[in-house]
Amino acid sequence: MNKIDAHLLREIADMESTPQGAYNIRKNGKLDGRVNTAHIVIDTKTDKSGIDIHIAPHTRHESVHIPVIITETGLTEMVYNDFYIGEDCDVDIIAGCGIHNSGCDTSQHDGVHTFHIGKNSRVRYFEKHYGEGDGTGGRIMNPQTIAYLEAGAVIHMETTQIRGIDSTKRYTKIVVGAGGEGSITEKLLTHGEQTAESEMDIILAGEDASGRVISRSVARDKSRQVFYPRMTGEAKCFGHVQCDSIIMDDARIKSIPAIIANCPDAQLIHEAAIGRIAGEQILKLMTLGLTEQEAEERILNGFLQ
Amino acid sequence: MLEIKNLSYQVPDESGKELGILSDVSLTVGDNKFVVITGPNGGGKTTLAKAIMGLVTPTSGQVLWNGTDMTDLSVTERARRGISYGFQQPPRFKGLRVRDLLEMASGREDLTHEEECQYLIRVGLCANDYIDREVDASLSGGEVKRIEIATILARQAGLMIFDEPEAGIDLWSFARLTETFQQLHEEKRATLLVISHQERIIDLADEIIMISGGSIVQHGPKEDVFPLILANTVSGCSYMNNGGGEQ
Repeated sequence: MNKIDAHLLREIADMESTPQGAYNIRKNGKLDGRVNTAHIVIDTKTDKSGIDIHIAPHTRHESVHIPVIITETGLTEMVYNDFYIGEDCDVDIIAGCGIHNSGCDTSQHDGVHTFHIGKNSRVRYFEKHYGEGDGTGGRIMNPQTIAYLEAGAVIHMETTQIRGIDSTKRYTKIVVGAGGEGSITEKLLTHGEQTAESEMDIILAGEDASGRVISRSVARDKSRQVFYPRMTGEAKCFGHVQCDSIIMDDARIKSIPAIIANCPDAQLIHEAAIGRIAGEQILKLMTLGLTEQEAEERILNGFLQ
Repeated sequence: MLEIKNLSYQVPDESGKELGILSDVSLTVGDNKFVVITGPNGGGKTTLAKAIMGLVTPTSGQVLWNGTDMTDLSVTERARRGISYGFQQPPRFKGLRVRDLLEMASGREDLTHEEECQYLIRVGLCANDYIDREVDASLSGGEVKRIEIATILARQAGLMIFDEPEAGIDLWSFARLTETFQQLHEEKRATLLVISHQERIIDLADEIIMISGGSIVQHGPKEDVFPLILANTVSGCSYMNNGGGEQ
């Protein structure tokens, strides 16, 4: 593993060395390393590009790292990863994609992650996207995440994309079963001429299902962002969508949250706000000795924390 | 020592005529004094305090702190040279925690839990309940205000300006706060400039400055000025008091 690989892995998966537990590292479209454990088995798909991850029932306090790195300019790939998580599990899944493009051709990673989460299982899913490199070639990522939750199952999904990705079009769908919980925390910062679009469907299908979306974004320079979070209540359920964006410079943000109740006992709330950093916030931090620029950075870092 | 020399702040009114928010204000505050600024609403108290911190740029005049002319320095520079300011209505921050503000205020990222506790206890808050909370809309106005005061305590600046610290704070917490002001004064490590209308805070002061109509109308030892303020307290409306409402 060279320095660039190590840096990308650290950025997207906080990996300082070989991770504990199961892992599968994909580099430039090929398998670069894999470890299975007694409870977690990773298989290469035979019909298309990607992997199947099988997590045995009652697997608890284990993790799977499945980072993807691209360092070749002009590489375009489409990957399908399917997760089969048994009943009564408690696991962390750390995905993420890092692109280092120092060439002039576009590098692109499109991925579809599908989760089948068994009864009463809890999954924390982290996905971080990162791009770098001084080439003129674009860095593009179009991730899709689809999760089906059985009764009592929980997924907490955290997606982060801070700088470096020129264009992203994301789709997330979570179907929550009875007594289950689906939550998405999305953090996004775009700059330059970047564009980002995030569309979500959270379907609260079962009795007493709950859903939560917290989306925080910052758009700088001439970047563009569009959000379409939709929460649908099909039964007695509770759902909350909260989208907050800070807009700066010549950026543009469109936020179109939707709540759809197909049952009279569905209780759904949405809040959306777009605004500049308040001048008072900057001034307050300046009275604590920070420069205007330091104050702005602290406010943005806190907002996206 | 804080010296204000001929400070004026004028803004044009609707007709373009200059309106004096502050008119030729001069004053000197000695080291480690506790000075309360009081006076009617709209008299210019907050503008004066903000002009000292650099949050308002005066039309003319000078602000000197410890002999250095601060007039052309930025808010950041003034803060770094020992001026601090507690906002009357502090802003909220989505994502910044109480701990973050205390660390920024103290300029140290290695504040111990014990130190954080001390700052929060002095404003009547328990660190265990508050230290990791975001300073956002989930906190009440009184809580945000007390956290604001805690940041000023953590800053440990030579000049502490508080703009109506009592505003929005419940009676029980207010009692704790007056004790804190008293302690700060007894420690003699900072000059305290407090805008307040509260008798219990005024009672702690060495000096009282009364500002009205953009000018200092009284400035002297508490013992001399406080009786004058009480004697001049007029209830109601001057138009009605002068018989203007009679048929």
